[in-house]
Amino acid sequence: MIPIDVVSQVLPLLQEGFIVTIQLVIIAGILSFVMSFVGGLARLSRFAPLRWVSGFLIEFFRGTSLLVQLFWFYYALPLLGVTLPTGLVGIVALTLNYGSYGSEIVRSSILAVPKGQAEAGIALNMTRFQRMKSIILPQAFRIMLPSFGNLMIELLKGTALVSLITIQDMTFYITQARNTIGHDTLLFSMLLVAYFIIGYVITLVFRWLERKFSAGRV
Amino acid sequence: MTEATEAQDLTAFDIDGKEPIIKYRNVSKSFGDNEVLKGIDFDLYPGERVAIIGPSGSGKTTLARLLMTLETPSEGTIEVDGRHLWHKEVNGKLVPADEKHLHKIRGDIGMVFQHFNLFPHMSILRNCIEAPIKVLGLSKKEAVERAKKMLDKVGMLEKADDYPASLSGGQQQRVAIARALVMRPKVMLFDEPTSALDPETVGEVLNVIKDIAKQGDMSMMLITHEMSFARDVADRVCFFDEGRIQEQGPPSKLFAHPETERLRDFLKSFHMNGNGE
Repeated sequence: MIPIDVVSQVLPLLQEGFIVTIQLVIIAGILSFVMSFVGGLARLSRFAPLRWVSGFLIEFFRGTSLLVQLFWFYYALPLLGVTLPTGLVGIVALTLNYGSYGSEIVRSSILAVPKGQAEAGIALNMTRFQRMKSIILPQAFRIMLPSFGNLMIELLKGTALVSLITIQDMTFYITQARNTIGHDTLLFSMLLVAYFIIGYVITLVFRWLERKFSAGRV
Repeated sequence: MTEATEAQDLTAFDIDGKEPIIKYRNVSKSFGDNEVLKGIDFDLYPGERVAIIGPSGSGKTTLARLLMTLETPSEGTIEVDGRHLWHKEVNGKLVPADEKHLHKIRGDIGMVFQHFNLFPHMSILRNCIEAPIKVLGLSKKEAVERAKKMLDKVGMLEKADDYPASLSGGQQQRVAIARALVMRPKVMLFDEPTSALDPETVGEVLNVIKDIAKQGDMSMMLITHEMSFARDVADRVCFFDEGRIQEQGPPSKLFAHPETERLRDFLKSFHMNGNGE
């Protein structure tokens, strides 16, 4: 039997954390999305130094552990004289990490648009900017959507790590609650269900977007 | 013979007193070690229609792609209406052109591709008005009017609201032709426009091109493997092989009396004998 009194005791805590987790997903999600385009386009730039710098940063943040990045911004950066608010540390680390993955999604999707599309744009005397904006990006966007859906779910799961730098997300509240309440199985099961609900909503949103952007496909 | 009468002998088009709109001078193009064009001199007169024939890999397509600025020449110059395409003059010296300069000059050129290259995320009409609005600065109303006229000309007006994926290859190519025409280029390049088509749709596309050739005063460069089409439409036929123009002349002469062994062999593979049949 599920002890109802424990559930009703934990639910308000879970709710508090739920809001924080959703805030992290939305804010870091939007920032990652923006960073993905900035990074992806920078890696394809005609200016070599911009390609090198963006390439290095992306590989660095993609190739190091999110947990270590969080610890670095939370514990190491203050020793260098810069102390960021804890919430901001979480957002910054999540954005750099998932924005780097996203940059690769943007870059590879742009490269996946057939070369003939850009050539048709040149033959119509469109400028580089016009070709990118009206021809390449709309087609690349369709290609990148499923990967972005995946990335947002990864981001959701990544947010659990911020509990380790004392940000009060769902995981933080549940790990606190089990110290006082016990009932580990019940508590962690509730936590899993809560993540699954958010994850499933993300999936539905991206399915809707994919349908919306599939104009012209048979 | 003077240079002018020599040039006139090569084409059935009356070039008397006209200046070429396109001038290739000593143009070469290499991809790595592979030299696909070897010092080409080639003129195209305003209103003249030239068919370019030759085996695959002979450099025909590269010739067109250089003019459309899709490839950069390794050597030589190309002039469009008296202006350098790949160079600009700075203090009397020719320096390589930048994107801005290319944009200024290539507006005179239009191109139809072997694989159509329609924009799959836009309706047929949108395909035809995107560049006129963004590049030529037409109002949406003007652009739609122009586009509809051209779509009507190629027999695709009733498909204006459809997307490219729902059309056959031949239909897509007709739309691609309309899309290029809406820009009103002075020179149109057709790069093997029927090579990627099912045999039963080749005819409809060739007919559309023939119609345009008859009506317009546009210069045309037709890269094709359709010999009877070349004979019907072209004022001049250029035979390319191994990166050079091996032979050129009016179709009546070139197909009936090929002078080089290479051209005779090439025409034999199309079952065309010395009588041009």
